[in-house]
Amino acid sequence: MLGEGILKGLKETARNALGSYVSKERLTTVEYPEERLPLPEASRNFPFLVYDGTDWESGLRCVACQICEKECPPKCIYIEKSKDKKPDAVGKPQFYPAKFDIDISVCMSCQICVEVCPFEAIKMNTEFELSTDDRFEGLLLDGKELALSNEYYHQIHPTEAAEVDARLAAERAAAEAKAKAAAAAAVAKAAAATAAKSAAPAGAPATNTSAVPASTIPAGPTAQNSTGTPTAAATAPPASQNDAANADAPRAPKTDTKKEGDAS
Amino acid sequence: MNVVFWILAVITILGGLTAVTLKNTVHCALALTVAFAGLALLFLELDAQFAGFAQILVYIGAVAILVVFAILLTRGSEMPSEGVFSRTWFAGLLIAAGVFSVLAWAVLHSTAALPHESNVPAVDVRQIGHALMGRYVLPLEIVALLLTSAMLGAVIVAMHEKGEQK
Amino acid sequence: MANQADQIFVLLKHWIVSIFPAVVQPYLGVVLSVVAIIAVFPGLFALTTVIERKGLGRMQNRIGPNRTGPYGILQPIADGIKSLTKEDIIPTSADAVVHFIAPLVLVVAVFMGFAVLPMGRNMQLVDMDAGLLFFFAIGASTELSIFMAGWSSRNKYSLLGAMRAVAQMISYEVPLLMSSVAIVMITGSLSLVKIVDAQNQYTWGLPHWYIFTPWGFAAFVMFCIAATAETNRSPFDLPEGESELVAGYFTEYSGFKFALFFLGEYLGMFSISGLGTTLFLGGWSAPLQVLNFVPSWIWFFAKVMLSIVVLIWIRGTLPRLRQDQLMNFAWKFVLPMTLLNLFVAAIWRFMGEGLLRWIVCSAILIGVYVIVGTIGMRRKKFGPRTYRYAE
Repeated sequence: MLGEGILKGLKETARNALGSYVSKERLTTVEYPEERLPLPEASRNFPFLVYDGTDWESGLRCVACQICEKECPPKCIYIEKSKDKKPDAVGKPQFYPAKFDIDISVCMSCQICVEVCPFEAIKMNTEFELSTDDRFEGLLLDGKELALSNEYYHQIHPTEAAEVDARLAAERAAAEAKAKAAAAAAVAKAAAATAAKSAAPAGAPATNTSAVPASTIPAGPTAQNSTGTPTAAATAPPASQNDAANADAPRAPKTDTKKEGDAS
Repeated sequence: MNVVFWILAVITILGGLTAVTLKNTVHCALALTVAFAGLALLFLELDAQFAGFAQILVYIGAVAILVVFAILLTRGSEMPSEGVFSRTWFAGLLIAAGVFSVLAWAVLHSTAALPHESNVPAVDVRQIGHALMGRYVLPLEIVALLLTSAMLGAVIVAMHEKGEQK
Repeated sequence: MANQADQIFVLLKHWIVSIFPAVVQPYLGVVLSVVAIIAVFPGLFALTTVIERKGLGRMQNRIGPNRTGPYGILQPIADGIKSLTKEDIIPTSADAVVHFIAPLVLVVAVFMGFAVLPMGRNMQLVDMDAGLLFFFAIGASTELSIFMAGWSSRNKYSLLGAMRAVAQMISYEVPLLMSSVAIVMITGSLSLVKIVDAQNQYTWGLPHWYIFTPWGFAAFVMFCIAATAETNRSPFDLPEGESELVAGYFTEYSGFKFALFFLGEYLGMFSISGLGTTLFLGGWSAPLQVLNFVPSWIWFFAKVMLSIVVLIWIRGTLPRLRQDQLMNFAWKFVLPMTLLNLFVAAIWRFMGEGLLRWIVCSAILIGVYVIVGTIGMRRKKFGPRTYRYAE
């Protein structure tokens, strides 16, 4: 019938208008800034640097390898590597970034820096209320502003952070176990070398390549990219053994096969 | 012959004069509208309420818009280059003055004695209605037929044009 | 006591006027009433903008403005400050004189319409014998100002918007007048005061409002449709449709002139709601006889605000009509129905009192409506649409 549709429409609108006072589903407004909608877990805005522990300077995971600076498409990251090394969260001396600036007016949130970082040091933050009235200095975040704790990372991306922590812990444990095995093997090798030395001096060159882990000659010709690791493993105190294992841990996937071959 | 009459007369005459002397045709149409309004107010001042309001409703509400549309749809709306008064303002004034004098002579000589104090009874709408439906019903119906045929003719001409354009 | 509360503004005016010398008194009385109208209706306009924005918001599942003042009540003040402090831009090739005058003509014409509305017992500004005709004459003048606004901007879109607006207003002027003529026929007078007095009678406690008669109800519906189109309100707001024509005929206006157009539009809404209330809803008379102790002006303004709320409700519900749909509707449906309504009103008048005239008039109106509705709503052709002019 003519006019029926209009009356039905009027009824629906009236239901909406009057129902918005009583039911929540008919009033979907979130009154920002007093109320905020929770962000989904995979949301991202601009990067931040993760640090373990409580002190950002000593716990910063970043070792200023400058890979993210090279990979960043709009080149918004600026890193100055330090001259000295500082012990990081697990005690091993590492380079650290003397300056780590990200210009968030340039950053396009592509997440490439996160994908290429070998140390799980840079992650994406979800903070979006970054308005400032200083167009240049206000949007250039430096290392201090960018450093946020691992607990914060757990807060904003729980599953991701748990996964990263599990992976890091597993790598650390694997490297530690490897270092222990290497130390045990080194001790055994040292014992065998002394026995072999006394027995057959001609066998020394033949075992040279394989006896590198046992010999006191540092930095063998093999492509060991951590210098002095095996000797340190053999002679250094157990603390540095941990360091060696830790320093080896992130490189474990790349150098695993080599080490296996060399440590045999 | 009181103050109100003189003010309204001045407004009406000024409206009429500017309507014949201005260059921009749409301005002329708007000045004509002012003249119509002045006329309507004169009717009201003479207590002819129906005539006054019908003047506003018909002339300002319809005829003025018709005049303006006619100007717009023809080439009269091209922007004049300079100046406020048109080139032929003197001729316009002369013709207007001539028509006015003829009409004034006709009105003043029409009845032998114009009453000074008009005892003409105020005609209200009811009497007009009775007259239209009683004594003047035939002219009313003929005028209605005329208007309807004019409208039909206009619509047919417009559709015919569109048909040819297609 | 009730009489005093009812006539409080009239008594106040008499008291103030009596203080001044006798020579000044008639003019002072008129000036006071005019000042009262100029003070009250823009205040109502401010309130209406808040009601509209919050009402539309609630209908659209959101809150309207709620930051300026509690529940956004001070929003019109913020809007007013914004309008007054914006730069007044006139395009260089625009016709400066006409551009300036257009909003003034609109506002003046709309304010003049309030002069004949009876806002309470003895509370009209002028009691004219041809009050209704005056109102419609003034309403016709607003079309001219819209055209002036559109043409003087020297902007294609403004001109198009103005043409559309004028065509729409002229088309709906006829049903508006025709539906009011039925009222005039039955009352026998063009004076709005007499029309309200004719409705101020009660039978068994129920009032004699014209909306409660079959022809009055049909006339009211058509009056509503025509009034919505006259004031360029949704769903007839194509001339000012933001998505089509920027802002239509007031594209080139900024700052205070824009605020004047806005004011003119809303005041037009008020005055035509006032007229509808006077003609159909009994003006200042109370709905039930027992409620006569409430002052009459409260009833008038309550009915006007109810009409405004209904207009806002319709705006929030219906989509915009296209220009040709609009014109088709006016000339092919509403106008014939108003003519039929005149015929039915005449039958009502000549049938004399009784139940028979109710039955006959209702039957004619409902029957024709249903028949025309079903015939018109049939889909004639299926398949791709053909366009007459756009090939």
